Amino acid sequence: MSEVIEHYVSEHASLKDVLPGNDLSWLNESRDAALQQLSTQGFPTLRAEDWKYTSIRPIEKRQFKLAQEVGHSVDATSINGYLYKDLDCHLMVFVDGRFSAPLSNLGDLARGITIKDLSTALREDSDVLKTHLCSAADMTRNGFAAMNAAFMSDGAFIELDKNCVVDLPIHLMFLSTGQHEELTSQSRILILAGDNSQAKIIESYHAQQDSVYFNNITTEVKLGRNANLEHYKVQEESKKAFHVATLQVDQQRDSTFTSHSVSLGAQLARNDINSWMGDEGATCNLYGLYVADGRQHTDFHTRIDHAKPHCSSNEYYKGILDGHSRAVFNGQVHVHPDAQKSDAQQANNNLLLSKDAEIDTKPQLEIYADDVTAAHGATVGQLDENMMFYLRSRGIDYNSAHALLVYGFAHSVIEKMSLAPLRKHLESALVSRIPNAGQFSDMVED
Amino acid sequence: MLEIKDLHVSVDGNEILKGINLSVGTGEVHAIMGPNGSGKSTLSYILSGKDGYDVTAGSVTYEGKDLLEMETDERACEGIFLAFQYPVEIPGVNNTYFLKAAVNAKRKYQGLEELDAMGFMKLMKEKMPIVEMKQDLLTRSVNVGFSGGEKKRNEIFQMAVLEPKLALLDETDSGLDIDALRIVANGVNSLRNEERSMVVVTHYQRLLDYIEPDFVHVLSDGKIIKSGDKSLALELEDKGYSWLDKSA
Repeated sequence: MSEVIEHYVSEHASLKDVLPGNDLSWLNESRDAALQQLSTQGFPTLRAEDWKYTSIRPIEKRQFKLAQEVGHSVDATSINGYLYKDLDCHLMVFVDGRFSAPLSNLGDLARGITIKDLSTALREDSDVLKTHLCSAADMTRNGFAAMNAAFMSDGAFIELDKNCVVDLPIHLMFLSTGQHEELTSQSRILILAGDNSQAKIIESYHAQQDSVYFNNITTEVKLGRNANLEHYKVQEESKKAFHVATLQVDQQRDSTFTSHSVSLGAQLARNDINSWMGDEGATCNLYGLYVADGRQHTDFHTRIDHAKPHCSSNEYYKGILDGHSRAVFNGQVHVHPDAQKSDAQQANNNLLLSKDAEIDTKPQLEIYADDVTAAHGATVGQLDENMMFYLRSRGIDYNSAHALLVYGFAHSVIEKMSLAPLRKHLESALVSRIPNAGQFSDMVED
Repeated sequence: MLEIKDLHVSVDGNEILKGINLSVGTGEVHAIMGPNGSGKSTLSYILSGKDGYDVTAGSVTYEGKDLLEMETDERACEGIFLAFQYPVEIPGVNNTYFLKAAVNAKRKYQGLEELDAMGFMKLMKEKMPIVEMKQDLLTRSVNVGFSGGEKKRNEIFQMAVLEPKLALLDETDSGLDIDALRIVANGVNSLRNEERSMVVVTHYQRLLDYIEPDFVHVLSDGKIIKSGDKSLALELEDKGYSWLDKSA
């Protein structure tokens, strides 16, 4: 066992009695098994195919500590800056990974919807959690999944009853304060969407300071028949932070899952997004945007399983890389032998703005059925010369035309989002991030 | 306004224009006709400053200045406008915003105050009827999902908004049905005035039924082989381009 794993094993031993649900034997067993898994497996190395281009050495070099209590110096006004303007929502706030009831505002909840923090849910809904927690996400997948299953120190439980339509989005805000050195949060989110239910859920990640911390998150989603879930994730961690996250989705017949994942922050960000379409007529849409500069490293690994006929998947990821940044995209689509009439579309387009930026992109379609429509494409390049010429022929100077095209490149992902306040926030974020785009601040939609 | 003298242009070592001489006066409309591959589009691109073309000899003077020394955007700000044969699609960039950026780039260059949202909307409203521009085309990404006719209308709409001194229309009629052609040609005609010059590049005489040129030039194998008034276009239509090759 490496020194760092020993550290986490002893952390676990000292925290065991204060972790949520410590009176539940099934959970303790599950945590112990996960810890055992972590001890034997360790963190993934470059030798593992899925981690070939992403070195997690900087995470391994540090011994992060689990946050014990909610940071007290965070008050309601400091939360305001992270809320999306004009977005009415059910709000849950987590500070350094711990749920903060005073900062949260769930508002009026419609009938048929449950939103609770993990500790409360383990107290009040332990039977439901026993059935579903850890059932979608495989803790043996890698060391990070095991670590999260062993520690899961806080998080959210969202349950929608059959036919429940939630009008307002549910916003899960994760704020890192940087008040303590090298903290880790091991958050777990469980979303159970009953038949015909519908909701929009946002996970957002923010930092108050440019500090070093490690967020390891697992989100499990189970969609019943004909359920429709839009999942938004906006990752704006500190540029020194580490962010590793798994989103594991299980889809029943005719359900629709749409993910919008935007990765802007962190020195190292790894997102695994996996969906299992286990019955006919399901649709899975995965959209993503990553913007990196300096020495940032961002990695998206997706896997979509078409297990049954008549399912469709659409994947559309775009990346903008500047400086010495590096990105990885791996899009695996697996069409099983039974899954006739599957439709699988995938595109990954990357803009490299500097000669030192690097992208490793790998579309990976494995098709074992014969009546399937599938297409994939990956591009890596600079801006299109014809577009540049077109803009400049209208009087727009080189730098401005460049900025406008980079913005447009990213915007074509953002415009797929149905939540206007989120689009607006991201448009502003892009305008301030893209070189020379500041002059276009009036472009942000009103 | 525009003086082209003995212009030779090569692309990748192949000479495309082999000594063009053309003089366009203020307010004049010149048509340049010619078969495919004669160098018509090259002439439009070289005047608007596209990369990839080597001028090996000759000169182009625009309002007394050396045009070939100017950047593409500088030429546009100085009043040159190219209506593209194949307008470029730009996903993610809103058509209205693009136009506003263009108008304000030009105003800034001219030392004028930039238009705010209100002032710009007023300008748009004023110009939209010229090509029967539809509102929804303005809210979409530049040329994305536009039909062929809509793209060409968008070109002429931009021309109306940017008010150039010299407009280069590169095969604006190609691929248009007669209704779209009428709308586009009417737009162009309404923008004709004593101060605005136009160079209309076309393969077909049909466009010149709607936009009547003052002068017609025939371009063949990189040279202007015949110039005349609009009757030359009719004669060409009648006898075909091969007639000129023989007589040349």
